[in-house]
Amino acid sequence: MDQIPILKIGDCLLVSIQVDMHDRLAMELQDQLTQRIVATRARGVMIDISALEIVDSFIGRMLNDIAAMSRVLDAVTVVVGMQPAVAITLVELGLKLEGVRTALDVDKGLALIRRVIDGGEDPVDRREG
Amino acid sequence: MIVEKDEAVPVRVGDDVVRARQAVRALATAAGFSLVDQTKIITAASEIARNTVDYGGGGDLRLELLRDGGRRGVRLTFTDQGPGIADVEQALKDGYTSGGGLGLGLGGARRLVGEFAINSSPGRGTKVTLTRWK
Repeated sequence: MDQIPILKIGDCLLVSIQVDMHDRLAMELQDQLTQRIVATRARGVMIDISALEIVDSFIGRMLNDIAAMSRVLDAVTVVVGMQPAVAITLVELGLKLEGVRTALDVDKGLALIRRVIDGGEDPVDRREG
Repeated sequence: MIVEKDEAVPVRVGDDVVRARQAVRALATAAGFSLVDQTKIITAASEIARNTVDYGGGGDLRLELLRDGGRRGVRLTFTDQGPGIADVEQALKDGYTSGGGLGLGLGGARRLVGEFAINSSPGRGTKVTLTRWK
């Protein structure tokens, strides 16, 4: 059975999506991730989508939902590694990843999570307000 | 205009959406599309394929590789025998959804391709055609 591994690094959870996700797998990931945030008391969640060839409205909604759920659980979500072609397509599709923080790569994503946690910065994306 | 390649894949269950995306990628690559153009048509196809499964009760995708003089294109035709759409104009508006989605499927897909056609009426199913030229 397909499963997307969730790795724990310190107080962060790292998910690297390496497969072309069917919708059910995306929903499972969302469930597992919220459970792991609670179980590990994680403060940050990093989702690496560098291997994703597309982000359609369903995957976009999953990313939004993960960010919203982790915010309620006092964790900040950062999506890293979006391919340029995916970013261009997302904008044209009309998908707004509101409330989802993004960073170019894993290093920058970790630094951003660290800043938010240590700085006590409100994890809600300021672009919303 | 010549149809150089013509194939069909079923779009019945969730996993078929993934297979449909892969089939579209193969065809867009064969048409010589740039990475951005490939990504756009695959994303559009993914939206429509999901509609076919979720709202149309499943259907089929026909994939055609087109040549018109020196240019190549991809034409994707999604057909289902589902309940159909009563108000197509409304369904094309961003934010309109009858399910749990974001309501970007049809309108978003239309923005991602060059030519978009939809034919639907209640009780007669839905046919969506996406065409993109290199």
